[in-house]
Amino acid sequence: MSPSLSPREHQELMALLGAWALSACSREESERVEEHLGGCGSCADEALRLRDAATLLEPPGTLDLAPELRVAVLDDCFARRPARRPLPPWAAPYDQEAARLDALLRDMVEEEWRTPVGLRWFDGDAWHGGPTTVAGVIGHLLAVDGLLAAAVGLPERGTPPGAPPGAGPAGERLRAPDVDDWPLWREQSRSLVRAAAELGGAAGERTVPRAAFGDEGRFPGGEGAEVALSDAFLDRAFTCWVHARDIADAVEYPYDPPVGAHLRLLVDLAVRRLPESIAARRRAGLAMSSARLTSVGAPVRTLHLEVEGAGGGHWYIPVDSPAAGVSAAEAPEGDEAVAHVTLEDEEFCQLAAGRITPEEAASGMEGDAALIHDVLYAAAALSRP
Amino acid sequence: MAHETPPYWDRDMRQRLHLGEAAALGELYDRFAPLAFGIALRVLADEDDTRRVTRAVFRRIWESPLDFDPDRGPMRSWIAAEAHRLAVDLLRRRDGGPDGAAESDEHVRAASTAARADYIVTAMPAPLRDALELTRFQRHDYRRTAERLGITEAEARRRLRLGLQLLSSAAAYRADPPREGP
Repeated sequence: MSPSLSPREHQELMALLGAWALSACSREESERVEEHLGGCGSCADEALRLRDAATLLEPPGTLDLAPELRVAVLDDCFARRPARRPLPPWAAPYDQEAARLDALLRDMVEEEWRTPVGLRWFDGDAWHGGPTTVAGVIGHLLAVDGLLAAAVGLPERGTPPGAPPGAGPAGERLRAPDVDDWPLWREQSRSLVRAAAELGGAAGERTVPRAAFGDEGRFPGGEGAEVALSDAFLDRAFTCWVHARDIADAVEYPYDPPVGAHLRLLVDLAVRRLPESIAARRRAGLAMSSARLTSVGAPVRTLHLEVEGAGGGHWYIPVDSPAAGVSAAEAPEGDEAVAHVTLEDEEFCQLAAGRITPEEAASGMEGDAALIHDVLYAAAALSRP
Repeated sequence: MAHETPPYWDRDMRQRLHLGEAAALGELYDRFAPLAFGIALRVLADEDDTRRVTRAVFRRIWESPLDFDPDRGPMRSWIAAEAHRLAVDLLRRRDGGPDGAAESDEHVRAASTAARADYIVTAMPAPLRDALELTRFQRHDYRRTAERLGITEAEARRRLRLGLQLLSSAAAYRADPPREGP
């Protein structure tokens, strides 16, 4: 004990050693502790021990595991002992993307929840933007995932018990952002994954009412009353990834794209939405090109979309009528490819999410320029707030 | 925050794995993969080997979930012990021979300390753990921690010191896994 200190002061400084070892004192307190350590052997010993102990408190969450590892570990397990309640392949991207966003949030400190996040989308005619925060993005995901949750019969989250119907998160987008939405969102995402496994079925086999989502253009298939459950889950995976990236960008964390097999499913969903989007912009008088009247037996005009990267592939998009449907991989016989566009997988998704413009996204194009313009803007018009 | 798994979570998870529920394995991975990976990486100091061990840990619990006995300790400790055991096995095979042995021992000791520390954090009383984790991971100063926990500043100081004292006992132990696996 340094001679100048009273026993009481010694006690006081000793009591601060834990906070000091964690760098959790005020500057003035730290200075007093450090001065004391110079003259007090027993406190100096303890201080050293506690500093060492503090380094053992490594948060496991700071380990940034590669997304591929999760897929590899799960696949490896299922190869050895097939799951009796497997996860349908169309639910795997949502399972994976929700887990990744959760891990990102675990790495963030509380202050970062208030970090401003800029959202951007294209409504077919003009770009829009809106500022929110990390907490606001999670509240938004909670609300929109909640529409699917309700459609598959899960209880809504984030509604206080006894609240009137419609007061849930889905009906209440303007509610103040709340960190507490995080566990609710995560719990809901896990329930959705379990519901997908219980419902099962091949892609497109099961459907949910289109009206459940209140947004007609969100899914392929035009105005049909039902949308594929598989598409609804892929749509949530797509949105989850896009918003996770928004958050990661805002707090300056690196964030990888989904693994190739998942990314390809997300690209495919966006591509299948394109014919409707092209038609909608034409109806609204926003298109540069016009549709040719198609007659039975006449060749269908298509745009050959070549997406590069692990999530890529070839798609042939009918440009005159959505009725023909998109074909993947091979040009349908007798069709007439009038344009060819090449894009990277991640860029295509960023375009469809409204995060980048057609000018920023396209790398190679050949053929009918007006049509290419319309297809790329139709891709941007797939974006939602 | 605390990766605590209450006993009912452990039992429920074991049952879901036993039933072959794919979604359960995903949840288990999300909760414990960083732990298994972190422990193996400390032993092996090599990412490829660490990935191999991580796969082996999850393969083991997926193939034989009933080997985990909830009466003998939490699943978190079981996973930590398995990761440690499999990593040490791999290290001994990798660095086998007279020259590699000394270095292996050093690695194993450091990793055991870390694994033990992890175990101590999980096992310590929740008020101490909450104070430590809030202060460390949220980078709060102790006054903020006190405010968040609704305790006095003196109590926050006391908890932080006591928690670190408990933790510092981890470094005093020698090379043994934090807890016996099954």
